[in-house]
Formats: sequence, C-alpha cells, structure tokens
Amino acid sequence: MELSELLEIGQQERTRQKPIRVHCCTSTGCQAANSLGVKKKLETAVNRNGLSDRVEVVGVGCMGCCGRGPLVQIDPENLVYEEVTPEQAPSIISGLKDSSVVEAQPGDPEHPFFTKQFKIVRETSGKIDPERIEDYIAAGGYQGLHRAIGEFTPSEIVNEVSKSGLRGRGGAGFPTGLKWATVAKAPGDRKFVICNADEGDPGAFMDRSVLESDPHRVLEGMAIAAYAVGASEGFIYVRAEYPLAIERLQKAIKQAKKYGILGTHIFESQFDFKINIRIGAGAFVCGEETALMHSIEGKRGNPTPRPPYPAQSGLWGYSTLINNVETFCNIPAIVTNGGDWYASIGTEDSKGTKVFALTGKIRNNGLIEVPMGITLREIVEEMGGGVPGGEVKAVQTGGPSGGCIPASLLDTPVSYDSLAQVGSIMGSGGMVVMDNQTSMLEVAKFYMEFCRSESCGKCIPCRSGTVQMYHLLNKISDGEATEADLEKLEQLCEMVKHTSLCGLGQTAPNPVISTLRYFRHEYSELLQPETINV
Amino acid sequence: MPVTTLTIDGTPVAVETGSTILEAAQEAGVRIPTLCHLDGVSDVGACRLCLVEITGTRKLLPACVTEVAEEMEVHTNTEKLQEYRRMVVEMLFSEGNHVCAVCVSNGHCELQNMAVELGMDHSRFSYRFPQRDVDISHPQFGIDHNRCIFCTRCVRVCDELEGAHVWDVAHRCAGLKIVAGLDQPWGDVDACTSCGKCVDACPTGAIFRKGSTVAEMTRDRGKLEFLQQAREKGEWTR
Ligand SMILES: Cc1cc2nc3c(=O)[nH]c(=O)nc-3n(C[C@H](O)[C@H](O)[C@H](O)COP(=O)(O)O)c2cc1C
Ligand code: SF4
Ligand code: SF4
Ligand code: SF4
Ligand code: FES
Ligand code: FES
Repeated sequence: MELSELLEIGQQERTRQKPIRVHCCTSTGCQAANSLGVKKKLETAVNRNGLSDRVEVVGVGCMGCCGRGPLVQIDPENLVYEEVTPEQAPSIISGLKDSSVVEAQPGDPEHPFFTKQFKIVRETSGKIDPERIEDYIAAGGYQGLHRAIGEFTPSEIVNEVSKSGLRGRGGAGFPTGLKWATVAKAPGDRKFVICNADEGDPGAFMDRSVLESDPHRVLEGMAIAAYAVGASEGFIYVRAEYPLAIERLQKAIKQAKKYGILGTHIFESQFDFKINIRIGAGAFVCGEETALMHSIEGKRGNPTPRPPYPAQSGLWGYSTLINNVETFCNIPAIVTNGGDWYASIGTEDSKGTKVFALTGKIRNNGLIEVPMGITLREIVEEMGGGVPGGEVKAVQTGGPSGGCIPASLLDTPVSYDSLAQVGSIMGSGGMVVMDNQTSMLEVAKFYMEFCRSESCGKCIPCRSGTVQMYHLLNKISDGEATEADLEKLEQLCEMVKHTSLCGLGQTAPNPVISTLRYFRHEYSELLQPETINV
Repeated sequence: MPVTTLTIDGTPVAVETGSTILEAAQEAGVRIPTLCHLDGVSDVGACRLCLVEITGTRKLLPACVTEVAEEMEVHTNTEKLQEYRRMVVEMLFSEGNHVCAVCVSNGHCELQNMAVELGMDHSRFSYRFPQRDVDISHPQFGIDHNRCIFCTRCVRVCDELEGAHVWDVAHRCAGLKIVAGLDQPWGDVDACTSCGKCVDACPTGAIFRKGSTVAEMTRDRGKLEFLQQAREKGEWTR
C-alpha cells in the first residue's frame, strides 16, 4: 500500500462520517454505568428526529473522567454530558436539532482536568470508534508504521527511540531505546516482540483503557518495534479479566491483516509481522517479564533469575523485546514527529507524558495523561479537584511496589527520580489519593495482603516474609505488638527487599517502608509496653 | 579451556569460563550454603541461601545461577549475608511443621544441618502450623507435606534425570503444594517408575522410604550425580 492509499482510506472515512458525531463512551467503566443503554436511546432519538443524514452516534473509547460516566460528547461543538441516563438521551438529541434546553448534566471541557492534559498515548481515545480501523486511519493512524518501513532503516528507528528518551512505562522505567538496541543487536534471525498487558496492580486500569479505546495504536507500536529489532512474530499477553480489550484486539488484528498492515509483506514491503494474543489467568506475578514468558510457553508462570535478560534469552530461548502497552503506544508519535520532539516534553530524566489512573478520595476520578514534571499538587488539587469534604493526607503511587507520599510533599514533580527521592516510584500509573480519615497502617496492610496472596511461592523471603509481615502489621493494628515487633517488621522489610528473587518480593515491603518513613507515629501509637515473660 | 579469574573472599581463583560462582567456590574450597541446588540437575535460584555480595553490584546474587566474570570480587560470608541466611532458615522452619524429634530424617537432614551451621537455635517468627497431609499411597515411598520446603529438587530430578515428570508445583503463596501427577495420590500416578530418585533428592524428611522410622532415613546423593554424569558422558549406549 502506498502512503497515498492509506491517506485515501482516511479521506473516504472522513467523507463517510456525518458532520455531527455524538460520541458515547463504550469502555468498561461507562458500560458498567449503562452507557450501552444510553447509546441505544441516542440512536433511536437520532432516527426519530430525522437527523440520520447529518448526525451519527459513535461508540468510542474512554474519555478519561470515568468517575462521571456514562459520558457523551458532541463533536465538533465539544459539548460534554456527564452521568447521562437513557431517559436523558432524547433531550440531548433534540438539543442538536432546535437548540432546546438539554436535560442532562453538562461537563466543563475548560476544567483543568482536561486542559492540563497532554495526550500522546490517549490522543485518539474517546474520539474514535475502536472497532473501526478506518476511524483510526482517518485520525492519522498507521502513518508512523508506513513511514518507519518506507523511510527508515531499522537502526534509524532505534536511534529515534533512543533520542526520544522514552523509558518503559511498565514500572521500572528502563530506557526503551537501550532495550531495543540490545534486542536489535542480539544474534539470531528469530526474535519476538511481546506486549505486556497483564496489568495486575490493584487500582490500575490504564492499559485496559488504552487497549479498549485504541487497540490499533498498540498494534502499530508493536509492528514498528518488530521492524526495528528484526522480529517477525509478536504476542500480546492480556489477562482474561479484560474481555472487552481482548475482543477489540482480536477485531483490530483481523482488520489490520485485511488491509495488509499486519501479516506478510506489510505495506507491500519485505517486512512480515504477525501478532498472537495470549490470555493470562490474571496472576499479578505473570506481569513479571520472565514469568510472563514462561506462561506464554505454556509453563507455570514462575519468575526465573535474570540475567539472562529477555533480550539475551527470552521466549523459547530466542532474543525477545518486551514492553508495556503504554510504552508501545508512544512509538507511533515518536516515529511521526521525531525523537527530538518527544524529548522536548517532560523533564531531564523523564521525557514525554505519563498516563495515570487517578482514584481514591478525590472529586474527579479517572484517567489522565500529563506531561512529566507536573506536580502532584496540580494533579490532585487542580485536575482531581481535591478531596471532597476533607484534606489530602497522602498520595500512593506505584501500587504494591510503590509508596505513600505525604501531603507536605505534594509539590514534588512527577518524574522517575523525584518520586524515587521521596520514597515512592512512578510505577505503572496507579495514583490513589487518601484523605485524613485514612489509616496508613491499613494501607500498608492492604498492599501486604495483596503481595502475600499473589506471591508465586518460589522463593522463601517473599513466600513467607510477606506472610510474616502481614501478621506483624495485624498484630500492631490489633494493639498486641511491642517495639520489638516493629523492629522485626523493619528487619523483614530489609531482608525481603534484598533477598527475593523477583520484583514482586523485592518491592513488596515498599508500602510499609514508606508509611513508616512518614507516618511512623501511627504505628508507634498502637504499640504496647514491653512485658517480661517469666 | 578459556579461564576466568576472580577472587572469592579475597582468594584468587581461576575457573573455566561460564562456571557459576558456586562452582568456582567449590573449586576454591569455599563453602556457600545451598538447599535448592543439587549436583546433576538444573538450578532454579529459589532458596536464596547462596546469595553472595559482589563488589560494585548493589544487588545480592545467587551463586548457583550467576556466572563468573573476569575480576569479579565475590564475598560469600559477610555479616549481612549471615543474618539473611539465618532469617531464611527461620522462615523455613516456621512455615512447615518441622518436629525433628519425630522425623524420619532427624540427624540426616539438610535443613536441620543448615540450622546448626548457621547458628539458628530458634525461630523469631510465628509458627504457622499449616494443615498439610501425608500421602502414603505409593507402595514403596511416602510424602509428608509438612516437611516440604519447596526446593523442587524432587520435581527436577524426576523431570530431568528420570524423564517421568511425576512431580510439579501447584497453587501459590501459603497454599503452595508439591503435587504428584494431576494432584493425585502418588500411588495412582502411572508415570511414576518407582525409581526412587526423588527419595534420594529430597533434603528433608518430606519424601521417605516406607518403613523408615525416626532418624533412619538416609539418602544417596552421589547416585544422582553419578547417573547424570554417566549420561552426559554417554557411558551407556545401546
Ligand atoms: C510482579 C511484577 C508485575 C509486573 N506487572 C507488569 C504489568 O502488569 N505490566 C507491565 O507492563 N509490566 C509489568 N511488570 C514489569 C515487567 O516485568 C517489565 O519490566 C515491563 O513489562 C517492561 O516493559 P517496559 O520497559 O515497557 O516498562 C511487572 C513486574 C513485576 C516484578
Ligand atoms: S519474589 Fe515472590 S513472586 Fe518473585 S519468585 Fe520469589 S516468591 Fe515468586
Ligand atoms: S525435615 Fe529436617 S528439619 Fe524438618 S522435621 Fe525433619 S529433620 Fe527436622
Ligand atoms: S518434597 Fe522434598 S525435594 Fe520435593 S520440594 Fe519438598 S522438600 Fe524439596
Ligand atoms: S470508561 Fe468511559 S470515560 Fe473512561
Ligand atoms: S542454592 Fe542458590 S538459591 Fe538455592
């Protein structure tokens, strides 16, 4: 396919589209609030009002402010309605016809929740129909892949990605360009590309949302990666709890194949790439890269020591590139606009944007994509609208591997280094706001309980250490612990962190360590005086 | 034979390139504690007892799976390592039901010996007293899950040396269990050839020969290594 043909598909799609598009979110969050019912009523109302020649109702992906769903947004006017009920649908449509008063709660597109965002990964999320490849193409999709194959050598692509400064969004923040270069240089002509869509962190739904809203962007990113590192086969490992994401990915792969965008001779070049979906049973540990690869191979999802890293010896022993969903979604924009452009966004050590799932005790729940360097305060107070009827006590980032940042440090900019400095991590993007009613000990207990039950059990520090830590946390909160127990807890934190085999155990103590660092009094208050047993 | 030189606890050592730190240490006569390692089968790095410190590396690395590198400075017995190893053994004791006085392996047990070696005389951690069962459905052998430390040595010898793959690991965290076949009674698993390799591999009193009473259960580890080496050298060709 020539570039002109790709552009032609986009042009045709735009001509086919009606001038007024009523976008109704059909992602999991809004579906749970009956957005499909709303969509049906919107469609009926369009027909009833005889508007079908200029208005169309489009099921789109997530718009971000999921806490206020179901959401309906009207283009090109950019009107937003929140918490729409099926009963309100006719009024929204008649409003289009005769400007009558609409009986639905309007949203405010000028709210910092929207204006402070910078969308790369989620650029087309909520604007296009995730089930139509043509809609993605009309929005500029697959041009990055076309350019990559047609205009660049694989090593030039790796260079652009290195130049962009992009770091892995799956949690550890490893430089993506360096990882690609290692796989590209690895000997052997069989290589794999894996998209890690396991997303096991409690409170995180960024990757699910991207997969549901914009599956083609993930495929495009993966295909560019495969071209750059010399792979011809890829896997998307996604958990079975994400049925909608899986369904849309399957559809997207089928459509891309039909257009010759995936499969053999992509865009009529010599480049072949096919993508398979692997459905995981939903174990947190299976997000760990070595465990994930064993799972794909049909074995028990147990981590194995690294080195060897996947780039050296991955799937079935072949060199393998493994990246997170969000990481891949940044790639098409980097190829299209150049690495320098990407590197101009964000901070020195953290380039580009990051998607966060903003949840907890906060007014505006949802998904945001912000430039790196934005402060936690801007996110929590301005975009999130603060805590309803209370004060922020702490922000938890990084999920079970992360930590709690106290309100006094809200001016910390969001970057890999600065979050690490205050004892937390960027992680994959869960951000939980806690108010002053929250007990930090309970928070630590929650994450420890999670790690305890998710430990694969292979190594003793994690298998048993998390159980013992959870037990000690309970003992403290039950008012049955002494100073010696707290000391033991701290020793365990240190031991489990340094001796566990994989990242799960190595980071499991973090929520305890960070709450002890900033909220130690909440622990000590509950301690009992030491008694001497005779 | 390409050679790598390194120091282990200050002593210079030269070993075949590609050796593990554990092999290098053995060559140098330095003892590194291990439980999941078994000569003759693959290593998994699970017990974490063989962790060592390497100058210039923040992470502790398992000696059994880490390859030597030129000029590596390995420290095998720092205070920190001793402390961590003791904690590992304490946790192993507290997560199973190890009542040595009534155990078939009393006196011939690698876990018990490890506790002695590391100077662990009691566990600081709460005993968990798990409810685990004993399976004596096999005509010759038995498995007492209460004594299992999940080293997976039985799994590996059965898979890698006998080729039967009777054993595997099921479930996770506190529910972890070594299972026979498809979580069947051992005696019902047709794949079991009753070769006894897992009996010889088990470091504790978990897998035993029927009829052994307290403190009677000994093992012939050398047999496994002999089998593996003989096979590697192709000593039996038919
Ligand atoms: C316990 C555990 C769970 C993980 N879960 C995920 C996950 O769900 N998604 C993900 O992308 N990375 C996850 N990771 C990180 C991956 O192992 C790996 O570093 C990442 O997928 C690499 O991609 P990136 O470089 O694009 O971040 C997890 C790591 C650990 C230790
Ligand atoms: S750290 Fe935990 S999850 Fe990782 S290998 Fe050890 S037991 Fe399994
Ligand atoms: S297996 Fe070893 S440590 Fe466990 S009870 Fe028997 S002798 Fe004691
Ligand atoms: S039964 Fe014995 S050999 Fe098998 S895992 Fe348990 S302790 Fe190790
Ligand atoms: S799920 Fe509908 S806006 Fe996020
Ligand atoms: S012997 Fe190396 S981890 Fe067990």
